[in-house]
This record gives sequence, C-alpha cells and structure tokens, in this order.
Amino acid sequence: MNWIDIGAVDDVPVRGSRVVTTTAGDIAIFKTADSRVFALWDKCPHKGGPLSQGIVHDDSVTCPLHNWVIGLEAGEVRGPDQGCARKVETRLEAGRILLPSHILGRKAA
Amino acid sequence: MKKKLVIVGNGMAPGRMLEHLFELAPDLYDVTIFNAEPRVNYNRLMLSPVLSGEKTYEDIITHGDDWYLANGVTLHKGSKVEAIDRVARTVAAADGTVAHYDKLVIATGSVPFVIPVLGHQLPGVVTYRDLDDVEKMLAAATPDAKAVVIGGGLLGLEAAAGLKMRGMDVTVVHLMSTLMERQLDPPAAHLLEQEFEKRGIKIRTKSNTHSILGESKVMGLKLEDGTELPCSIVVMAVGIRPSTALAKASDITVNRGIMVDDQMRTNDPDIFALGECAEHRGVVYGLVAPLYEMARTIAEVLVEKPAAYGGSVMSTKLKVTGVDLYSGGDFAEAQDREEIVLRDASRGVYKRLVIKDNKIIGVVLYGETSDGPWFFDKLKKGEDVSKDRDMLIFGQAYAGGPPLDPTAAVAALPPDAEICGCNGICKSKITDAISEKGLTSIDDVRAHTKASASCGSCTGLVEKLLVLSLGEKYQANAVQPMCKCTDLGHGDVRRLIVAKQIKSIPQLMQELEWKTSCGCAKCRPALNYYLIAEWPGEYEDDNQSRFINERVHANIQKDGTYSVVPRMWGGMTSAAELRAIADVADKFQIPAVKVTGGQRIDLLGVKKEDLPAVWSDLNAAGMVSGAAYAKGLRTVKTCVGSEWCRFGTQDSTGLGIKLEKFMWGSWTPAKVKLAVSGCPRNCAEATCKDIGVICVDSGYDIHFAGAAGLDIKGTELLCHVDTEDAAIEVIAALTQLYREQGHYLERIYKWAKRVGLESIKTNIVENVEKRRNYFARFTHAQTFLQVDPWAERVSGKHAHEFLPMRSFPMQIAAE
Repeated sequence: MNWIDIGAVDDVPVRGSRVVTTTAGDIAIFKTADSRVFALWDKCPHKGGPLSQGIVHDDSVTCPLHNWVIGLEAGEVRGPDQGCARKVETRLEAGRILLPSHILGRKAA
Repeated sequence: MKKKLVIVGNGMAPGRMLEHLFELAPDLYDVTIFNAEPRVNYNRLMLSPVLSGEKTYEDIITHGDDWYLANGVTLHKGSKVEAIDRVARTVAAADGTVAHYDKLVIATGSVPFVIPVLGHQLPGVVTYRDLDDVEKMLAAATPDAKAVVIGGGLLGLEAAAGLKMRGMDVTVVHLMSTLMERQLDPPAAHLLEQEFEKRGIKIRTKSNTHSILGESKVMGLKLEDGTELPCSIVVMAVGIRPSTALAKASDITVNRGIMVDDQMRTNDPDIFALGECAEHRGVVYGLVAPLYEMARTIAEVLVEKPAAYGGSVMSTKLKVTGVDLYSGGDFAEAQDREEIVLRDASRGVYKRLVIKDNKIIGVVLYGETSDGPWFFDKLKKGEDVSKDRDMLIFGQAYAGGPPLDPTAAVAALPPDAEICGCNGICKSKITDAISEKGLTSIDDVRAHTKASASCGSCTGLVEKLLVLSLGEKYQANAVQPMCKCTDLGHGDVRRLIVAKQIKSIPQLMQELEWKTSCGCAKCRPALNYYLIAEWPGEYEDDNQSRFINERVHANIQKDGTYSVVPRMWGGMTSAAELRAIADVADKFQIPAVKVTGGQRIDLLGVKKEDLPAVWSDLNAAGMVSGAAYAKGLRTVKTCVGSEWCRFGTQDSTGLGIKLEKFMWGSWTPAKVKLAVSGCPRNCAEATCKDIGVICVDSGYDIHFAGAAGLDIKGTELLCHVDTEDAAIEVIAALTQLYREQGHYLERIYKWAKRVGLESIKTNIVENVEKRRNYFARFTHAQTFLQVDPWAERVSGKHAHEFLPMRSFPMQIAAE
C-alpha cells in the first residue's frame, strides 16, 4: 500500500477534526484528547451527517445531526443503534498524517 | 464537715458545673473559686453581641455577685493561682491567697494562639477571647478606621461582623480556601462568604500573613503575596491553645491539654480538668456544648453518682445577627456516604444532610436553621432515618406526613397513550420494553425505545412508568445526573463550579470526578456554558466543547451545508441591507432565501468554506451575526408601535432595537427570544416568548416564561414598569438570573417552573437591590461578549474550521 501525506498532526485541533476532500467524498480526520488520530468517511451511517462536524469525546464522535455516537477506531455505532461508518486506515510518521493513496483517488507517483 | 471544692478558673464550664452540683447536693461542698479575670461569671459566647453593640457586659453576666453569695461560694476575683501542692492539697495564688482542697477542678480554659510573625507584639494586635480584648477592639473602632482579622473561623468571623457593625472597614484574611472549613462544606461556606461580602466585609481566602507592619503601633498587614492591607488594628483569631502551665508545673499529665479519663479525672484522682484545657480521648474541645456535657459529668462524679463522659459530636452556630448557619457532625464527602440536599436559591437556603448506613452523620444548614437541633438529635441518637427519608430534609414540620402517590396519574393512562411526542412512543411500548428487556433506568429506556431521548420533556413520565413497572426496584437518583459522565445534576455542577472556584473544563472533570476522560457531547457544551456564565472575562471559551452551530456561527443543515442569518435589529431592515443580502445570495449561489419567524432573513445552503466570505460581505454592509444558532439571545420581534400604528401606545420598535442592541452576544442556558408589542393587540406575539413586553398607555407590562415550540404556553406577567430604562433593567436582570440558575438547554419557561415564579419575582421585582446586582452582572458580562463572531472569523480566527485540511479534486490516472 502506498501512503500520501495529508498534513501535520498539529493541524488537527485536539478533540476536533478536519476534512480531506476527495472525488469519492470527504474523509474526516479526528484527533482525540490524547492526540490519537483516526479517519472515517465523513458520513454518519444514520442519515449521512458530516461526522467531522461533531463533538469528539474520548474515542468517539457524536454526529451533529441526530446525536448518534460513532466509535473512531472502527467506525461502529455505539449504543443500541446499529450501523457502521466506513473506516480509513491512517499512518503517522514524524508528526505527519498519511492516508492510503488509493483512497485518495490517485496512485502514488 | 463539708468537703472543700476548689475551682481554678471561672469560665462558663465551671459555672455550669456548679449549677448541676448545687442542684444535686447543695450542701456537700464548700466552694472556692479563683478567677484570674477581675469579674464574675459571664457568658463568653455572647462576647460577639457585646462587640457589635447589640448587648452590654451587664446583659451577658450569668452569675452575678449575689449568686455567689446565695450559694456560699467564695470568689477570689483577679486572683491567679500559681501553684498546686498536691501533697498538702492546697492551691496558692499570686496575691498570697491559699486554699485547701479535697477536690480540685482545673478549668483554666485556653489562650488564643498568636502567630509569631514579625510585628505580632505591636500595640494594636489583639486576640479575641475575653472582655478585655473586646474593650481593646472597641477603643480602636472609630468609624472609618480599618481592621484586619486573621482567621476565617467562627471567632474571626464574629469579630469581623462585630467590628463592621461598629463602623469599621474590615478585611478577613483566611489561610484556607473556604471560610469555617472545619464546620462548613464548601457550598455553605460560599454562601457565608457572599453574605459577608454583601455586608461590605472583604474576604481574602488562601491568604497567608507575612508580617504586621508598623514601628510603634500597627499600621498595616502584609500578605505572603506582597499585598499590603493598611489597618490600625489586627485581630488574631486563628485558634486556641489549652492553658496547661499550672497543671504541668504540678506534675499532672499533659498532652495537648490536661489528660482526663471518662470521669474527667486527671492522673491525680482528686483533681479534675474541665473545659477547653482538658483533653479527653485525644480531643480538645473549644465549643460550648461538649464543655457543658463535661460539666455535668464532673458534678455527678463529685456527688459520687456513676457518670461518664463519652466524648461529643459537635454542632456549631455562628452568632452573627442575620446569618443563620448551623453545622454538626461529619459532612466530608466520601464513597460510602449519601447526601440529601435542599436548596432554595432565592431565599439563600442550603440544607445538607450526610447519611451513612441510614443514619444522619452530618448536618449543614444555611439560611434556615430551625431544624438544626432536630436533625442533630437524630444524629446523636443514631436514629435510622430510612423510613422518613423522602421528607427528612423538609424538617420536623413535615415529618411523618403521608407521601403522595406520584404514579397514580400515569397508571390511569391507556396503553396507547403517547408518552414521547418526538419519537412517537406510546405507553405500552415503553412498559413492554421495560418488562421484556429488563430495563431499569431512564438511560436504558432511552437506548431501547428512544422515548425521552430527544427533547426530554417526557422524562418525568417515563420515570413514573419505570416506578410503576418496577416498584421498589427502581432507584431513581435523588438528582437527575447531567449525563452518563457524572452522578451530579446540573444544579450541583453549577454550585460546585462556584464553590470550588472551577475555571476550566479539565479542572472541573478532575475535581468533580468525572467518569469519562473528556466528557461527552451532552456535558461538554453545558460545562462550557456554565463556566462562561460564571467567570465572564476569565474563562477561556472551549470551542471544541461547542456544538457545531456555535463553533462555526451558522446552522448546519441536513446536507451538511449551513444557513446564515444576519441580525435585523428589532426586525427593521433597509434597502441597502436587502441589496447586500441579494448580492451575497447571487455571488455565492445560495439556493434558498427565506423570511424567518423572528423577522429576519435566512440564507440557506451555504457551503462551509464559503462562510467567512459570505460574512465578510454582510459585515461590509453593516450586518452582524444574528446568532440564529446560539443558546443565547436570538431575536427581538417587534410591531411598528406608536411610530406608525394608529393603536400603538409606545415605541415598541425602538424599545425592541434597544433591547437587542443591549443584549446581543449574551450566552444563555437555551435560546432566548423576545418580542415587544406596541399595544395589547399584541401583533408581535409577545405573550408566547421567553420574554415579552406589552406596551400600554401607562408604560410596559413585562411578561416571561412563554413557549411556542415543544410546548405551547402563554407568558406570566412579571411586572409593570413606567419607563423604557426600567423595562431594560428588569429584562436584563431577569435574563441574568436565568443565566445563573438555568440548566443547560432549559428554556425560560421550564426554569421558571422549576424554581417557581415567586422566587423570580422576589429577586427581580420586589428586591430592588438584587435586581440591580443582577443587572450589573449582566452588563459586566456583556462587556466581554459583544464581539461579532463573524468579523472575528473574517479576520482569521479558527480558520482551520472552514478550510479542508487537503483537497484531492481530481482522479489522477495510474501511471
């Protein structure tokens, strides 16, 4: 798998997220209070809400539209609701965040 | 022949002992008392009223000269005993008086502790112990003179209040973070601090004295942090030390105090120690109730009745006129304890019972203390209170009353009755889920049925269904916790933020023992609001704890785009503003433009990355954020009023604009919508708003607590005022009261229902001083809040919010 640098860990606010736009849709990059980084496709399994706009708490995010709680690590819906947001693999190298190139719609050079 | 009883010291404890003794056996002993003070027995507890001028020395004498005469007691006034000869069984005083004893009671009391800081020997440094001290203080208490009291305990505060009543400018310096920390829990201590500050007494907690300034007399006091407090008198009230020198010199065993057994005997069986100089089972007592218990024990032992002192749990009452405060027992927080708390914010009442194993072990009462002894009696007797627990906190008057059955109404509902309107859940669906899935809590019901999971207005009903289905098994929490991260309710959290001076979310989660590492989407926005409301200008807003709409100052829509609503003051706009809005709509290809219910214009479907540019253009035309997304002031709807309308009685538009210009930017527990109607025809629909004004010929009727959303509810009339300025003051004060008391997401009508209309009227209408204070606090907070968030973001604040981290716009073909 090839990886593409999409920015620095510092560019994502703690307990917050940023978006990477692709032709296939947005990817939400999350950073937890203890500075772990996760990525999910930016769509809540419930009604497609932008998870990147939610409140990040511990290792989950609450969707801004209807308060579904999504686990950041695997994208699974927490609690009695059912569903799963699609996870995107991430890799951290020297303070930079990398995503798989095929996900970003392009091959590595 | 009568036996000889000699008493060294003539304080309250020996006085009480003699009363018991004479009652039991009036002729058994010949009594001789040596008193170092040149006085008869007076009530030392009443020194504070003497200091404040509410009583005189004569008023507080318990035993006058005639009492000693009548009981055949020899009293040597101003005679200090210097030696005990235990072999000869005599005592000798400094003035040469010698007395023989069969039984001797040492009741030398205690001496005030003086901190040995630089300057502690200067004239003007006094302690607070006896009438001489009071006289010294009174000599210094010229009006406008300044006093510093070191020590925020019982004595220090009484001294401070007394000196203040004598017209002095008083500052209390206290080492610990809360006043009377040994007798009060932080919330009550906080109320007390407020009360003292209200009286104009300055309180400095967490302050350590460095030195006392002055050459030949006291000129001031310097704190460790370098602050200098000018003053002409320093009162040291930092504690007492048992007077044990006489006992020690006579080879009587002394630890901190004179050691006594349960019969109050020292190691010499004919010598007793009584009062503050005695140490019983490792404890030295300084409060009056235990001393009286000791006095009774000795009296009984002296007449050879079987008696034993078993130690005391103590209760305290502060003797400052107008401050009702009672505490007793152990009220520290611990794992195995529960508490029952009752608060009445408007009356300044705080009651807390600490319960362990179904017994009261601690009582703290503030503002309303008449039930103190009743609770304390249950505490001392170790009574099981589980039976009366529900009504216990209401005190004796309600004890044993029949509990109401709160579930009857819900039980009567048919199975298909809708309980949760948001999610369309009926009664049977909830009760079935409870029984089939074994649900036991509100959270379970929310998770499995969605009932009460949206707006929460049916929570009470759902709770009653749980009670109905589960009976005794359902343990409702005394307070509804804020969320799963804590057992504390909103009110407790707000109280603790103040009491513990909590100024950040991490600090709060640490100190209040949050169960999650960084909260959840429910509690974080609430905490952020509470901290903003509590510490204007001090607390730094935590953007990541805000819901997206407040974070980006626009309203998220179902497709992830945003809507933008500029302010239109009082619903007034102009051709220029409308033109600018039209231009923005064209330029950014905004798909929908709609007129809102709050008399302004909504631009719907704005892409997030366009937001700053849209705002920039709107700012350029003089428009600011309408805060249509905020838990804060939204709109002030108006009619055209006397400017245009033939029925208008006042300038309703003008007042609406003034209100909106004064109140915009304010954060509140939930959204706040206002309206001003120019006459009772009420075209601005003011009587279903959070706050509404109906103009009438004679002025302005101010209404509040209306609702036209989840619930429909007409407003309540708060008051009538004559002028616009008065209307603005009342409305801002009301909003501030709500800001300080409301639970997050609790609209004004719900808050009013919870705290009661009467308490709000008392605070805002009847008590002019309180209203002014609320108004002042609102005004102060506004100085930090009236910054247009759009302009801030146009100039670059939180730019990361609006830009993608990186964009990959095109599919690049594989090589």
